Amino acid sequence: MDEILDGTTQIDCDILIIGGGTAGPMAALKAKRKNPEANVVLLDKANVKRSGAISMGMDGLNNSVIPGYATPEQYTKEITIANDGIVDQKAVYRYADECYGIIQELDQFGIRFQKDQNGEYDVKKVHHIGTYVLPMPNGDTVKKALYRQLRKARINIVNRYMATRLLTGEDRIAGAICVNTRTAEFLVVRAKAVIMALGAAGRLGLPSSGYLYGTYENASNSGEGYAMSYHAGAGLANLECFQINPLIKDYNGPACAYVAGPMGGYTANAQGERFIECDYWSGQMMQEFYDELQGGKGPVYLKLNHLAEETVAEIERVLHIVERPTRGHFHKGRGTDYRTEMIEMHISEVGFCSGHSASGVFVDEHARTTIPGLYAAGDMANVPHNYMLGAFTNGAFAGLDAVDYIKDVDFADFDMGEVDAEQTRVLAPTKRDDGIPPNQIEYKTRRFVNDYLQPPKVTAKMELAQRRFAEVRHDMENEMYVRDSHELMRSLEASTILDCADMAAAASLYRTESRWGLYHNRVEYERDDENWFCHTILTKGDDGKPAHRKQPVQPYVVEIDDDEKNAYANQRVNSTVAAE
Amino acid sequence: MPLAQTSSIVPVVVDKALCIADKGCTVCVDVCPLDVLRIAASDDGTQTAYMKYDECWYCMPCEADCPTGAVTVNLPYLLK
Ligand SMILES: Cc1cc2nc3c(=O)[nH]c(=O)nc-3n(C[C@H](O)[C@H](O)[C@H](O)COP(=O)(O)OP(=O)(O)OC[C@H]3O[C@@H](n4cnc5c(N)ncnc54)[C@H](O)[C@@H]3O)c2cc1C
Ligand code: SF4
Ligand code: SF4
Repeated sequence: MDEILDGTTQIDCDILIIGGGTAGPMAALKAKRKNPEANVVLLDKANVKRSGAISMGMDGLNNSVIPGYATPEQYTKEITIANDGIVDQKAVYRYADECYGIIQELDQFGIRFQKDQNGEYDVKKVHHIGTYVLPMPNGDTVKKALYRQLRKARINIVNRYMATRLLTGEDRIAGAICVNTRTAEFLVVRAKAVIMALGAAGRLGLPSSGYLYGTYENASNSGEGYAMSYHAGAGLANLECFQINPLIKDYNGPACAYVAGPMGGYTANAQGERFIECDYWSGQMMQEFYDELQGGKGPVYLKLNHLAEETVAEIERVLHIVERPTRGHFHKGRGTDYRTEMIEMHISEVGFCSGHSASGVFVDEHARTTIPGLYAAGDMANVPHNYMLGAFTNGAFAGLDAVDYIKDVDFADFDMGEVDAEQTRVLAPTKRDDGIPPNQIEYKTRRFVNDYLQPPKVTAKMELAQRRFAEVRHDMENEMYVRDSHELMRSLEASTILDCADMAAAASLYRTESRWGLYHNRVEYERDDENWFCHTILTKGDDGKPAHRKQPVQPYVVEIDDDEKNAYANQRVNSTVAAE
Repeated sequence: MPLAQTSSIVPVVVDKALCIADKGCTVCVDVCPLDVLRIAASDDGTQTAYMKYDECWYCMPCEADCPTGAVTVNLPYLLK
C-alpha cells in the first residue's frame, strides 16, 4: 500500500455524488428510489461506512421543525435573525417545511428520537425564540443505519478516491477527476449530474493545540468542495461569514450546551455567572464569548457543577459515548469532573461551513449551484445553519432534482487537456527528489490564517496574509515533495487549504462592513444596511484570482418585524445572574 | 536534502496479542476516516495493525469496530 502507481481509469454514471458523509448518502438514496434505473455512484475520500461528521454518531437534531412545536414560518424567521438578515428564505423555508418527512424516514431506518411519556417528540428549547432541538437516544447508530440503507438500495460505493477537480463542458457539468489515496491512480468519472457533499472546510485555521488534525470538524473535510467549485467557476456565497464555535479548550469538541442546556447547564464566566442569554451558536453569541474572554472576565466555562447527580450522570452518558466518545478520556486524563468544577472552554479555529454558519457554495432551494447539473448540499452549501438534518434534507432535494435534470441531457463534452493538466498538477510533488513536505506547507498556511484572518479582522493584516499566502503558494508549486500516495493526498489537501485561505482573505476584504457578530467583525467598519444588505458572491476571475460581486437578498417570504430583528443582537445578560 | 526524522508519540495503540491481522483482518485500516493505520509484518512473520501516520481526529471507529478489542485510542499528546 501507499506506493505511487501509474494509471487512469474512466467510468461513466448518471449521477455522481462526491462525499458519502451525511448529505451524500441521502442524495443517493433519494435519487435511486426516484429512478431505480439510474446509475448512481457515491464516492468518498474515506470509507462511507465511517466517514464524515457523523462517523461515530450524533447527539440529536439541532434544527428540527416538528408540527406542534414549531412552524416553518417561525423557523425561517429565527434563522433569518440568527444569520443577521442575509438569507434567501426560500431555501430555509423549504427545508423547514419538508424536514419532518425526513425525520420520519430516519425513524424508519431505525434511528430513534426522544419521546416523552405521552409518546410525543421531546423537543427542547435552545434557540432564542423557538423550540427545535430533538435528542437521539441511539444517536451512535445513525451512520450504521444509513449505511444499511445504501447497501439495500445497491448504491455503487467507491471508497478512498479523493475528488480534486470538477470537469465542465458545454457550459454545464461533465464529471470529476479523482485520485486514489492509496495508489495515486486516477479515476475520471463522466457524469450527467454531480452532487457535491464534501462537508466543511475544517482545516482552515489552526487549532490552538497546534495539532493539525485536532479540528472541530472531521479532519478529512479539508475543503475540496469549496476549492473544486471555485476552479470550476461556480459562485461561492458569503465566505467572510466564518465558522467559529465555542468548544472545550484543547479537546476542541463541542461543549454541547445543546445537550446540557435543556438540563440546566450553561456557559459561564470565571465568576460562574451566566453572561449570554442563549447558548445557540451564532456570530452574535460568539462575539459575547470573545468579549468575555478578552475583557478579563474569562476563562469561559461550561458549568454543570450546580446540577443534581442524576442529571450530571445523564449528561455524561450522552456526551461521553455518542458524538465524540474520546471526550470522556480527555476529562479523565485531566482529572476534571463536571460534578466538582467548571470545564474550560475556548474559541475554535476559523473555517468555512454553512452547517453552523453561512459560508458555502451558492445554491437555491433545489440545491442547484450556478453551474447547470452541479448540486451542493450539507455543510458546504450556503443554506445557513443547516446542521445534520439540513444535510439530510437538502441532500434529498439535490438527489430528487438531479434525477429530473438527467432526463434531458447526455454527457457533456469536455476538454481532455483538462485531465492532462490536472494529472501534471497532482503528480508534480512526486517528480522531485526532495523539497518541502505537505505538512509544513499546511502548517504555515494555517498559522498565517490564525495570525492574520482570525476576527476581529483588520485590513492591513488581511493584506499581509495575502502576501504570505502568495509566498507559500510559490513554494508549494515549486518545491512540495511527497514520498508515497498517502502524502500525495495530504499535498492535495494542502493545496485546497491554501485556496480556501486565499478565498477567506479576499471575501473578508470585499465586504466593507461588520456583519454576523464575531464571524465578520471588521474593526474599521460599522454595520452598513444601506449598502451591504446583499450576498457577496466570489468566483474565479479571468486572472485566476478571486473576483466578487454583490447579489440582492431575495425578498423575504416571512416578514420580520422591526422589534424582532435585534433578538440575536442583544445576547448579553443585562445584570449577570449568580449561579444557583 | 534529506528530510528530518522527528519523532512523535502516536495516540492509537494496538495490542499485539489481540490483533488478528494474521487471519486477514483489516477492519481498523478500512474504517479510519484519516487513513492513518496500516498492517505491519514483524520479523517472525506475524502481522499487526499500527498507526503509521500521526494524523488522528481521535474519533474512534478503529476502536469501536475492531472485532477483538485490540485498539485503544488515546488523545494526541499536544491536546491531551
Ligand atoms: C463534532 C460535531 C458535532 C456535531 N453535532 C451535531 C449535532 O448534535 N446535531 C446536529 O444537527 N448537527 C451536528 N453537527 C453538524 C452536522 O454533523 C453536519 O452539519 C453534517 O453532518 C454535515 O454533513 P455533510 O454531508 O455536509 O458533511 P460530512 O458528513 O462531514 O461528509 C463529508 C464527506 O465528504 C468526504 N470528502 C471530503 N473531501 C472529499 C474529497 N475530496 N473527495 C471525496 N470525498 C470527500 C468526507 O470523507 C465525508 O465523508 C456536528 C458536527 C460536528 C463536526
Ligand atoms: S481491527 Fe483489530 S484485529 Fe483487525 S487488524 Fe485492526 S487491530 Fe487487528
Ligand atoms: S481515532 Fe479515528 S482518526 Fe484516529 S486512527 Fe482511529 S479511526 Fe483513525
